[in-house]
Amino acid sequence: MKTGEIVTAGLLALFSAYLMWKSAELPVGYIRGEGPGGGAWPFWLSAIMLICACMVAVNGWRGRTTPSGSTEPLLDSHGWKMLVMVGGAIVVFVGLISIISMYGAIAVFLLYYTLYLGRHGWGLSLSISLLTPILFFFFFEGAMQITMPKGMSFTDPVFDILYDIIY
Amino acid sequence: MLVSIQPLNLMLIFVGVAVGLFIGAMPGLGSVNGVAILLPITFLVPAGSAIIFLAAIYYGAMYGGAISSITLGIPGASTAVATTFDGRPLALQGRASLALVTAALASFVGGTVANVLFTLFAPVLATVALSFGPPEIFALMLLAFATFVGLGGDDIPKTIFSICFGLVLASVGFDQISGEPRLVLFEMDGFLQGIGFLVLAIGVYGIGEMLWTIEQTRGEVTTTNANLTVKGMFSDLREASQRAWKGTVIGSFLGFFVGVLPAAGATPGSLMSYGVAKMVSRRPETFGKGNPDGISAPESANNSASTGAMLPMLTLGIPGSPTTAILLGGMVIWGLTPGPRLFINETEFVWGLIGSFYISNVAALLINLAFIPLFVWMLRMPFTILAPMIFVLSIAGGYAATRNMHDIWMMVVFGLGAFFLRKLDYPLAPAVLAIVLGPIAEPTLRQSLLLSSGDPSIFFTRPIAGPITVIALILIFLPALQFVRRRRRKAMA
Repeated sequence: MKTGEIVTAGLLALFSAYLMWKSAELPVGYIRGEGPGGGAWPFWLSAIMLICACMVAVNGWRGRTTPSGSTEPLLDSHGWKMLVMVGGAIVVFVGLISIISMYGAIAVFLLYYTLYLGRHGWGLSLSISLLTPILFFFFFEGAMQITMPKGMSFTDPVFDILYDIIY
Repeated sequence: MLVSIQPLNLMLIFVGVAVGLFIGAMPGLGSVNGVAILLPITFLVPAGSAIIFLAAIYYGAMYGGAISSITLGIPGASTAVATTFDGRPLALQGRASLALVTAALASFVGGTVANVLFTLFAPVLATVALSFGPPEIFALMLLAFATFVGLGGDDIPKTIFSICFGLVLASVGFDQISGEPRLVLFEMDGFLQGIGFLVLAIGVYGIGEMLWTIEQTRGEVTTTNANLTVKGMFSDLREASQRAWKGTVIGSFLGFFVGVLPAAGATPGSLMSYGVAKMVSRRPETFGKGNPDGISAPESANNSASTGAMLPMLTLGIPGSPTTAILLGGMVIWGLTPGPRLFINETEFVWGLIGSFYISNVAALLINLAFIPLFVWMLRMPFTILAPMIFVLSIAGGYAATRNMHDIWMMVVFGLGAFFLRKLDYPLAPAVLAIVLGPIAEPTLRQSLLLSSGDPSIFFTRPIAGPITVIALILIFLPALQFVRRRRRKAMA
């Protein structure tokens, strides 16, 4: 984990420096009669973040932090596989929302998870992945009057039927 | 108080407690996850009812954590870790029923004691806090962050990084005073509207924490059954009240006062109470082997601490735990400003909420005792069904609250980031606390410095702000002083 600790601290330090640079687009000092400038608060906080990230990196280098003292990798092969299979699926799920609607994306994600990752049978997987978005539709659109993304126009006929039930 | 017994609120209390019991019982889920994930769907009911519902979930989750600690040996939440020490051995001795009943009874007593203490202290603290100006409020914010540094027990640079990260995220969007765009990251227009606390909270607790749990448990959280009979529970109730009263008394009082501290909350409260109960016990060697006092102390403490954490949140506007930080953020969304003025401007709401604590406590005891076998049965739900449901609820619930796809992408980014940071022991609760307190901390600092023409001594010279600032600075520098002392000792040795 030592390498992971140092690399992560380095990335966080870079991000902190970027935040300092962005904050400096507004005044970061004290303006007489107006108080601290608009960029002062995030600028100095980002500066503290930068110092802390450097300290974490140095402590990691010296093996003084718990993760840097561990001989285990940050993620083993199972961990990476899980991240790709689950984390990747979440990214695809969110990406699909603008194409096949929130409800369509929920159905696809649940089917993938229960059938492929959970290794449940087709019957249970299909029931969960079809009933959940339908229940969500009636809860959000019917009860809460919140319109979820409908995706591209080819989904319209399905929603027309569902809206006919609500209204 | 009558607000809490309105039919809608009574129903929400019972539903909230039942949901909380389930969430608390599920390994990998705690009150903070439940409140963060379910907060968006509470916009269906009025603000007062919504906070009562979420508070009931918080309450129920404290009870529920013990169920999996005892029957599975896996704490349902971090607040129930100490319950595992004696709860699991007692269950393995075939006394799961006694362990569960002891936990329920202790939780009830802890909750009741805390509610009484809350009712006594809250109005007094709110009256004192009415005289607070910007320097005092900022000093209190500083104290809240300082307690995370001094008492949090995590890596100090990582804790400070987490706090500052949350505060910087809160400042994204527009400068509140000049009205100019600020920190529009990567020139993406989505950042102009800022980053809501819910985006970070759902990202961290709904996505990141679930990914972490799946990785840690290898996706295989398996559950076992416990032998429970309704008849046996009544004799267990009698036995629990005779054998576990000492731990209950310790946990009830200690838990409350630890819970009031901003960085402490229910987890350290329950661990400390367990330690004290063992220390004062005549038979400390029986702890860890199924001593009922070892269950009652942490269980009464985590319930008591959860109410204690509400005290600074409602009276001062400073949350005592990550869950109360999310509750506080929810209150702001609903147009309720936590702090001393709440006790004057929203009297009906405040006392209604306090009343709901009492009812939630009774509801949790009744539901818990009546449905323990059901909750144990529900624990057998495969994690491969529960986990995707939580992801779906996080994304759909998050969209319902923000109505913005940019925020949903941010949730995913925060979730994946939180997973890696959690792996590397970065504490994330301070970041959630900071993003909630940021919009209060920055203006109060700027107003204070404007009052003093830029002189920071204003935080030291005022009678209330001064001592608070000094305590905060001591807490911040305490770990550094301890480090220097340790090095000196090593050098001398």
